[in-house]
Amino acid sequence: MSEEIKSFTISVYTENNIGLLNRISAIFQRRHINIESLTTSQSEIENVNRFVIVVNITESQAIKVVKQIEKQVEALRAYYHTDEETIYTESCMFKIKSDLLFEEPQIQNIIKDSNARIVTVNKKFFVLEKSGRRHEIELLRRELNVFGIMQFVRSGRIAVTKEEMKISEMLSAFNNQL
Amino acid sequence: MKTQTANKTQNVTEKTERITGSEAIIRCLIAEGVDILYGYPGGAIMPVYDELYKFKDQISHILTRHEQGAAHAAQGYARISGRVGVAMATSGPGATNLVTGIADAQIDSTPLVCITGQVASHLLGSDAFQETDIVGISTPVTKWNCQVTEASQIPEALAKAFYLAKSGRPGPVLVDITKDAQFGELDFKYEKCKGVRSYIPVPPTDLETVAKAAELINNAKKPLIVWGQGIILSQAEEQLKAVIEKAGIPSAWTILGASAIPTSHPLNIGMVGMHGNYAPNVLTNECDVLIAIGMRFDDRVTGNLNTYAKQAKVIHFEIDPAEVDKNVKTDVAVLGDAKSSLTALLPLLNNNTHNEWHQKFKDLYAIEFEKIIKDDITPTKEGLTMGEVLRQININTKGNAAIVSDVGQHQMIACRYSEFNITKSNITSGGLGTMGFALPAAIGAKMAAPDREVVAIIGDGGYQMTIQELGTIFQNKVPVKIVVLNNEFLGMVRQWQQLFFDKRYASTEMTNPDFVTIAKGYYIEGKRVTKRDELATAVKEMIASKDAYFLEVCVEKEDNVFPMIPSGASVSDIRLS
Repeated sequence: MSEEIKSFTISVYTENNIGLLNRISAIFQRRHINIESLTTSQSEIENVNRFVIVVNITESQAIKVVKQIEKQVEALRAYYHTDEETIYTESCMFKIKSDLLFEEPQIQNIIKDSNARIVTVNKKFFVLEKSGRRHEIELLRRELNVFGIMQFVRSGRIAVTKEEMKISEMLSAFNNQL
Repeated sequence: MKTQTANKTQNVTEKTERITGSEAIIRCLIAEGVDILYGYPGGAIMPVYDELYKFKDQISHILTRHEQGAAHAAQGYARISGRVGVAMATSGPGATNLVTGIADAQIDSTPLVCITGQVASHLLGSDAFQETDIVGISTPVTKWNCQVTEASQIPEALAKAFYLAKSGRPGPVLVDITKDAQFGELDFKYEKCKGVRSYIPVPPTDLETVAKAAELINNAKKPLIVWGQGIILSQAEEQLKAVIEKAGIPSAWTILGASAIPTSHPLNIGMVGMHGNYAPNVLTNECDVLIAIGMRFDDRVTGNLNTYAKQAKVIHFEIDPAEVDKNVKTDVAVLGDAKSSLTALLPLLNNNTHNEWHQKFKDLYAIEFEKIIKDDITPTKEGLTMGEVLRQININTKGNAAIVSDVGQHQMIACRYSEFNITKSNITSGGLGTMGFALPAAIGAKMAAPDREVVAIIGDGGYQMTIQELGTIFQNKVPVKIVVLNNEFLGMVRQWQQLFFDKRYASTEMTNPDFVTIAKGYYIEGKRVTKRDELATAVKEMIASKDAYFLEVCVEKEDNVFPMIPSGASVSDIRLS
């Protein structure tokens, strides 16, 4: 098994319970693994949450971490995937002075070329939203930085996997045992 | 508790009753078969204690002298009986004092339900008097925990707590209950928890992996079994014995696996690990198939992983998937409960004896006996040894006692030399190495198994960490036998200082009080032994006593425990001196 450190996306399906975030993050903390990003949301299944955690670790670490996450009582299933095995994206927002939109015509070209979206415009500022890969977002940030950015924020990665994860099957199997 | 629908439940009774949350807590405990719990009252748990008073005919509460004692007593109760131990404490310091016991139970897979009081829910997060975030604090050391803020949540929370503590790989759980939830009312109906959808307690045994394991074992020329506490937890003692005997495999144990197979069994070849026996450690690096059953390849067992059993095919019988390949890469992992896996394995095994291989263990044992054991248990030098005390205890209890040991040199000696005929008889703090464990754990063990002889073996250091539990022993007339092996040192640390820190004995020497007088202060009969010719009679007297008894044995100050695998060394580089 490769001992090369690379980016893994860890997907965790969980019950929606207070304290579970602590339990899961503690597994990374104990092993001194830095979490690059962590996003939680509702999953495709009612009342089941999904964590998407991005870490730079070796595959053997990923296997151990995933097992320890699954061991938590309220974690339904955990998986790890390489970047190639997932479809992923990040989202970001820029708050920029509205004057610049008129004074610096180049900004309009940047917006157009980057497929960014204007969320709102008022007299003082406008807000730009962009989804995409990290390098696309970084490129846009560098380009806009020349003109001045009032605020910038980027989300963690969200990802869906190419392979099936079969959580619904697992849950219906449990219900059938009732 | 949003997952009501997620738990499988079994109807016990359909009709409900309007009662308070605190009464519901007691009724839940009774429904779970709890007869004894250990704890310490305080502000945030007082409504529950008030109910305990009303239900005292049905459930006993033992007041320990410190909440740590309550947790360890509950552990001792659980370890000797296989049942769930219960500890209770108030909020804040009461709850934090439980944490050491909870951490100990977590790493040693002991089923424990801890109930803590919490400040009223409207005060949560406000730094109220005796408020602490015990759910946050205990998260890394519990199998599961939760906070209950409404009376109506109590039955489901406790049902889940007992189910999770006991099922699968056992462990401690904590339920934190706010004071308003204790005072509040609910329509009480108790349903035992039968399952949690996000939790697979026991992975099913895969017969294909069992067959692969059997094939490896049948083809092995030099197989070695190392079993752990998993055998005891899954009550697989008989199955293990049958496997060992049929396949003729020399079998060693981890510290927590001790007593699962009688010491006298000819295929029981002793303990593995840092202070384990010479033969199983050395031959771990010579066996061709290593069969690990219900053990987790702790670093104290494996020494340096880079040189651990590299020549062997490794089979791992394990209930917890997270343990497989965690430390040692396995060739065949058999997931599942040890009892069902071994039951499936037995008919696939060929009869074998491996006489030549077994002889190697006997030869190495002879070396260990000559160089270490003989002088440990039948010394000729002047100073008393810990080993000879254990020998006297063996003689007087005929190997039928439960030995509760603390942590340090005396613990290694107790585990090396105790003779066990009965399973669940070695109660010690293995993974966490908690000094102060033994005295309170012995209380719990004796109360859970009043017909067993329970002997606590403790060092002079650890004894003084929970010495106040003598008060619990006295008040509740718990007839435990307490042996303090006093070398006036924190002996194991001193041994390391001697071997690895050029004898710089930093803060390990102890000036001790008069322990016998202290015992007598608690009205516990006691004796101090300083000479060899007094030892046999003193041990005999202690074992014959119907009441609690304290025996202090002043042993040689600077004895070392050998064999020893220095940390970072290979198991086969175990030192005999």
